[in-house]
Amino acid sequence: MHLAGDHKLRDPAWHGRVTAAVVFIALLFPAGYLTEFNPATLWGDASLNALGQFLGSFFPPETAPDFLRLVIEAAWKTVAIATVGNAIAIAIALPAALAATRILSISRIATGRMAALPAVIRTAIRWLLIFLRSIPEIVWAMIFVRAVGLGDTAGVMAIGITYGGMLGKVYIEILESADNQAATVLLQNGAGRLQAFWYAALPVSLPELTSYTIYRWECAIRASVVMGFVGAGGLGQQMELSMKMLAGAEVLTMLLMFVALVWIADLVSALLRKVLS
Amino acid sequence: MRASPLQEPPQTALSGVRVSYVTGAPALDGVTLSFAPGEQIAVIGPSGAGKSTLLATLACALRPAAGSVRVLGIDPWSLPTAQLHALRRRLFLAPQLPPLPPRQRVVHAVLAGRLPQWSAWRALRSLVYPQDAEIARAALERFHLEDKLFLRCDKLSGGERQRVALARLLASDAELLLLDEPVSSLDPALALNALEVLQAEAAARRATLVVSLHAVDLALAQFPRMIGVRAGQVVFDLPRAEVSDQRLADLYGAELNASVQTLPEEPTAVLKLSRCT
Repeated sequence: MHLAGDHKLRDPAWHGRVTAAVVFIALLFPAGYLTEFNPATLWGDASLNALGQFLGSFFPPETAPDFLRLVIEAAWKTVAIATVGNAIAIAIALPAALAATRILSISRIATGRMAALPAVIRTAIRWLLIFLRSIPEIVWAMIFVRAVGLGDTAGVMAIGITYGGMLGKVYIEILESADNQAATVLLQNGAGRLQAFWYAALPVSLPELTSYTIYRWECAIRASVVMGFVGAGGLGQQMELSMKMLAGAEVLTMLLMFVALVWIADLVSALLRKVLS
Repeated sequence: MRASPLQEPPQTALSGVRVSYVTGAPALDGVTLSFAPGEQIAVIGPSGAGKSTLLATLACALRPAAGSVRVLGIDPWSLPTAQLHALRRRLFLAPQLPPLPPRQRVVHAVLAGRLPQWSAWRALRSLVYPQDAEIARAALERFHLEDKLFLRCDKLSGGERQRVALARLLASDAELLLLDEPVSSLDPALALNALEVLQAEAAARRATLVVSLHAVDLALAQFPRMIGVRAGQVVFDLPRAEVSDQRLADLYGAELNASVQTLPEEPTAVLKLSRCT
């Protein structure tokens, strides 16, 4: 030990950390500049007054029985849009994941490599999934509102398509990151792809697949609210009306309803995980 | 999917087989062996000698770099993928660690042995309500596990899991049984009992039974023919009466030198197939 040295012991990682921090901040500032993000504008007198009046008009929340009935009905509709949309998303994602996942490939068994044709199909499906989810659901909703008119159908289809792409991608990743020896052994003994999925890959990954699917359902509830603003049905459409009429109390009631919905989704998710594990 | 009747009985054989590690070093080198229908053989040898690689090669789960393979009278590597997979339905390869999904129930883990005989539709129906549960119960009964039929696999001890994996073999119709250390988690009495059950089953269906074993005394007591493997080569292939203490000492002796020459790496294809062995 050099207790009486002329120079202190230096941490060799120090320079690297400082450099990384400086680079990160240097990259963050141009992004902030680009978005014209300036917290000071929030504290201007005009801004604060407007914000204060807007938020002040929220209290107390609207509790008229007629309005509450309307909100509960719209909330049910939102849950229905999210549920049906998510069901369509699963119907898109599951076959796509089954066709694209490497772990159910029979040609890889002896060689460790997929044959050429399955590899091409797998890549094509991944591109399709990227296309489906790269267009935001609100854009799909606007397209479908044009096609099928104002209402819930547009919201259902927008969620189904976008979330199909998201679920498909994550299903593939969950299946491939799990321990897939059980599926390999079944394939080695002559089982089919679907059989190996049902008897090995699915039971191994079921809790993760379920948990992510339910999280997506929760996201779909929020998304259907946003899509309501472009006329795709549900609680969002009601909220847009209330906002246009500057009825802050009604907006607050509906925001509280959102919190309740997400809280319920969280409870359902926890319950299902408990049942499955 | 039975083979058309041949002039000769279906035969399983390796001739001059070489299987390589990633490094190019041989995992099996110049292996020539032949197995008659209904024959029962024990494969012994030090750790890393190539016993598992030998079984995987016989199961068409590894393609040799050189040499020829015949499985049940057929050259597997001359077949298109679909027919190769049909051949795999007639064999049963059991890895050392039983790959049972933890949340799967025992009844489905055992009935997975029927998958090669089942259509995809029947396999799915069995998950909804077990088909042929009696087959699973009878298979488990022979290992004294019939009371575990409807338990989840993660409720079983290591030895019970290993026997459930063997019960899957009893539920199958395979004619070529390739078992890698099938009784490694069992106490001596249970190990003997389990081996006797497997041997009686193999004899009853005139199936070829190839078993790798660490317990040399058990191999000597139970198997008429012994194959000694060391450093990827067959050291002896003899009736048990001719397996002298000297031969066994040579097979296992100077193990350190042998393991320095052949680092216990996984062969190329196996490495990619089974991440968690």
